[in-house]
Amino acid sequence: METTKFIESFAEALEIEDASKISVETEFRKLDEWDSLGYLNIIAMLDEKYGIQIENVQFKQLITIEDLIRYIDDATK
Amino acid sequence: MAFLTFDGVGVTALAAAVPHTVIENLKYTRYFPEDQVREVVEKIGIYERRFADEKTCSSDLCFAAAEKLIADNNIDRSEIDLLIFISQTADYRMPATSVLLQDRLGLPNSTIAFDINLGCSAFIYGLTVAFSMMKNTGLRKALILDGETRSKVYSPKDRRSAFLFGDGGVAALVERDEKFGTSYFSLNSDGSRGDLIKINGGGYRMPSSAETIKEKVVDEYGNIRSDEQGYMNGGDVFNFVIREIPKDIQKLIAFSGQDIQTMDYCVFHQANNFINSYLAKKLKLDTTKIPSTIAKYGNTSSVSVPLTIVDQLKNKMDGDKKLFLSAFGVGMTWANAIVPFVDCKISDVAEV
Repeated sequence: METTKFIESFAEALEIEDASKISVETEFRKLDEWDSLGYLNIIAMLDEKYGIQIENVQFKQLITIEDLIRYIDDATK
Repeated sequence: MAFLTFDGVGVTALAAAVPHTVIENLKYTRYFPEDQVREVVEKIGIYERRFADEKTCSSDLCFAAAEKLIADNNIDRSEIDLLIFISQTADYRMPATSVLLQDRLGLPNSTIAFDINLGCSAFIYGLTVAFSMMKNTGLRKALILDGETRSKVYSPKDRRSAFLFGDGGVAALVERDEKFGTSYFSLNSDGSRGDLIKINGGGYRMPSSAETIKEKVVDEYGNIRSDEQGYMNGGDVFNFVIREIPKDIQKLIAFSGQDIQTMDYCVFHQANNFINSYLAKKLKLDTTKIPSTIAKYGNTSSVSVPLTIVDQLKNKMDGDKKLFLSAFGVGMTWANAIVPFVDCKISDVAEV
């Protein structure tokens, strides 16, 4: 999966205007924009764009943007 | 596969009651700043809710709805052989509220009365219980009373639940009649997710104590509640809903051999507008067929499906109407149903 494209979708879902402040190493829960409403948007984005529904327990283990990308790649193989 | 089907039994009349006190969500700013409140309110699409006063219980709302139902339809009280009260905000821990309502409503002692303690999916669960028992020709009429005062359950200082819940009560009359075609139900449960929406204290696992009623800061956002107040992990619930609900809807559709596009109306549990519009989009449903009361009553738990029918479909239920009902919540439990209605008599929403 294309990293830049995913980061754009991620930024859009969290309503972050400047996507350049996110990189693969970003721990997304530490972003200012991350809150319970943002979480809803990310879940919706993953489902809509990638057809992915993650178990809550598994989602909690994903820390960085890279973890998310790897999870999506594995799930959509 | 917990599928159920019924023939020749259905809901013949519906009534509802809500408290007269309107809470304007945008002005519900005692504990949170206005801009934060606006952000949450716009996201969830809940602008008004009804709050019962200190002295008003779920049963009082149901009592008012039941009295209206009985009066509007000239129902002979002595013919009500079954009374089911559905709620998680009962009057007492014992006795069951249904039994007290039997007396208050002047129903005979021969009336079967019991409570069902379930959350948001409970009206659909309750329909299957009433339909099942009504297949027994010894019973003439069944009354389902479903009420909630969820405003009393959640902390106004916990932003994850402070703006969602409202109060209401409904009464549904269930009768046997050959005019009703087949209804189809799918009921489900997953207790491994019991901690997604929960009140920890006040039961027998964690009895009430000075500790359970103490308000505590519960997370890094500074949300405050006690163990006797409910909490909800909204994100996890949403994640669960988008995974399980569409799947179960497809299963029921396949089992019934019906086409969801041919339904007259699809009535969803009014959780919040974010979840409901997402589900509608995902299922590619015609939104003009999805009545909504989320903006005016908020999430009233199990009451939301029947309350939405009463509030939005009055005067639209003449003749044969096929409704798809879908609800999910605390437990987790989730239920989907295809229910035929024929000339269902719907009363105006009463205020208490």
